Amino acid sequence: MEKSLITDSIQYSYNKNYTFVFPDIVCEKGEHLLITGASGCGKTTLLHLIAGLVTPKRGSVLIKGNDITQLRGAKLDKYRGREIGIVFQTPQFIKSLTAEENLKMAVSLNNLSVDNIYLDSLFETLNIVHCRNRKTNEMSQGELQRLSIARAVINKPSLILADEPTSSLDDKNCKEAIKLLRYQAEKLQAGLIIVTHDNRLIPGFSKIVHLES
Amino acid sequence: MNIIQFNFKQIKSRPLSSVLNIILFATGVTIISLVFLLKDSFENQMDKNAGGIDLVVGAKGSPLQLILSGIYHVDYPTGNIDYNEAIELSKNPLIKQAIPLALGDNFNGFRIVGTNKAYPTIYNGQIEVGSLWQKDFEVTIGSKVASKTGLAIGRQFAGVHGLSAESDDVHESTPYTVTGIFKETGTVLDQLILTNIESVWKIHDNHEHDADCDHSQEEREHEEGEHPKEITTLLIWYQNPMGAITLPRLINKSTNMQAASPVQELNRLYSLLGVGIEALTYISGFIVLISALSIFISLLNSLKERKYELALIRVIGGSRFRLFAIVILEGISFAIIGYMIGFILSRLAMLFLSSYTDNNFNYTLQGWVTFTDLFLFAASLIIGIVAAIIPAIKAMKTNISKTLSQ
Repeated sequence: MEKSLITDSIQYSYNKNYTFVFPDIVCEKGEHLLITGASGCGKTTLLHLIAGLVTPKRGSVLIKGNDITQLRGAKLDKYRGREIGIVFQTPQFIKSLTAEENLKMAVSLNNLSVDNIYLDSLFETLNIVHCRNRKTNEMSQGELQRLSIARAVINKPSLILADEPTSSLDDKNCKEAIKLLRYQAEKLQAGLIIVTHDNRLIPGFSKIVHLES
Repeated sequence: MNIIQFNFKQIKSRPLSSVLNIILFATGVTIISLVFLLKDSFENQMDKNAGGIDLVVGAKGSPLQLILSGIYHVDYPTGNIDYNEAIELSKNPLIKQAIPLALGDNFNGFRIVGTNKAYPTIYNGQIEVGSLWQKDFEVTIGSKVASKTGLAIGRQFAGVHGLSAESDDVHESTPYTVTGIFKETGTVLDQLILTNIESVWKIHDNHEHDADCDHSQEEREHEEGEHPKEITTLLIWYQNPMGAITLPRLINKSTNMQAASPVQELNRLYSLLGVGIEALTYISGFIVLISALSIFISLLNSLKERKYELALIRVIGGSRFRLFAIVILEGISFAIIGYMIGFILSRLAMLFLSSYTDNNFNYTLQGWVTFTDLFLFAASLIIGIVAAIIPAIKAMKTNISKTLSQ
């Protein structure tokens, strides 16, 4: 079975004095993985390495069998746009656009065409139909986090990454967000990796990687 | 959502700074464009009316005034010259053709010009209806005279003494009859009423007897004498370039007439106007420069606000070049919108000025789209790109990982 993600002995350093050495991570297709660790242990760095936002000093990152550390420039951006969906700690959107336009932008930037049925179903299952034509500054934190989940899955990626997706949410919204994230990942048969220090999440996951500082 | 639609949403999302950028740019373009339009139209009109005339001979005075009154019929004549002396001069072998003009009266502000039948040929004047004048007190009128005054074939009218419509000294006893109307030529011919020279002389002989009481004793004595035949100007074409060298000097030195070269005087006029045109061009250039600066600063400022948005665009699949294009396109949009508004405003101003000059000087300004517009458009695009290039490069170099971790 094809794996969503395999990382092989990746290392990264911001300066000469300290190098992060990360454990190898394997995420099967449709598998849900939790990466935990204290602040400053490199959780976000690991996520950015997997997403190809930074290039590791050493090692390889295979997504759907392709080593993204070998991709450069526009090719890397396009690969990321199509194969990886990312949910950030604080949801960020393009302020001049409405919720729907933000999602469509994520599609058109990758030269794909909008699947309207899928778009409708996303608004419905994530319970943000009422926000469809609102600007993002008119939406609540919970709604924004659900919209960012929609954006992460709009291009049907093979890997979904979430960076502290619940840190700004209350218990109810936190549970809801994780439930939706896992539901969407399952539906797409995509790998899901959640990076967090939020202990509320631990009980639900069978596979957990703990990063040591 | 394509990049152009996105661009307009971005511009609309910051209405104040966008409007300021566009207003500044449009103001600059309007002034530059209007200055060039006026200059082109004016020079074009002047050159067309010059009709290849080499030399204008008239009474002594300002040479520019002589040109303006003799060829363009805008200023007042410098005075009259003796007809016989003028005829004598035109026999000079260096002269190919000489056309006499006798001014003095007008109808509703349109000048009545006593001349010969060669005069309309300078402007390729063709008859629209009727025929050229044949007898005394018959006139052929320009197309604009016909349309503005409503004069038609067979209609009679009385000339008014002087060259402006304000005078109330009407030659009622000897009316003119319209025998023909010229086709529109786009030249000064359109605004003239042509007749033979004898009519102009006769009308003034009569008039002087009619209105004795208006004239001083001295004048009357002179007039009751021999009535010297006079004309206002003589238009001259040289036989060969030698004419240009000897004729003006000959006339200015050895007669009490004055010779003025249209080319020289027009160049003098252009260089006088040129100072003003240059000043206006610099001022408008400066405004465009300020608007470029304003575009530059507003783009740079918006980059700070939009840093996260730009990083986001990279994360969801946009390339570095896409970010570059987004920012450049914004600069170009301001320039194009500003240019279009400036283009329209300058034409509206032209329309307004044209109707003003038409009503006040019987001069129509022409030429709505010129080569300069193309040049201005290209320059606008370049300014838009230059103003946006540094912000665009900065956007392209955004470090996404760092921005997202902040």
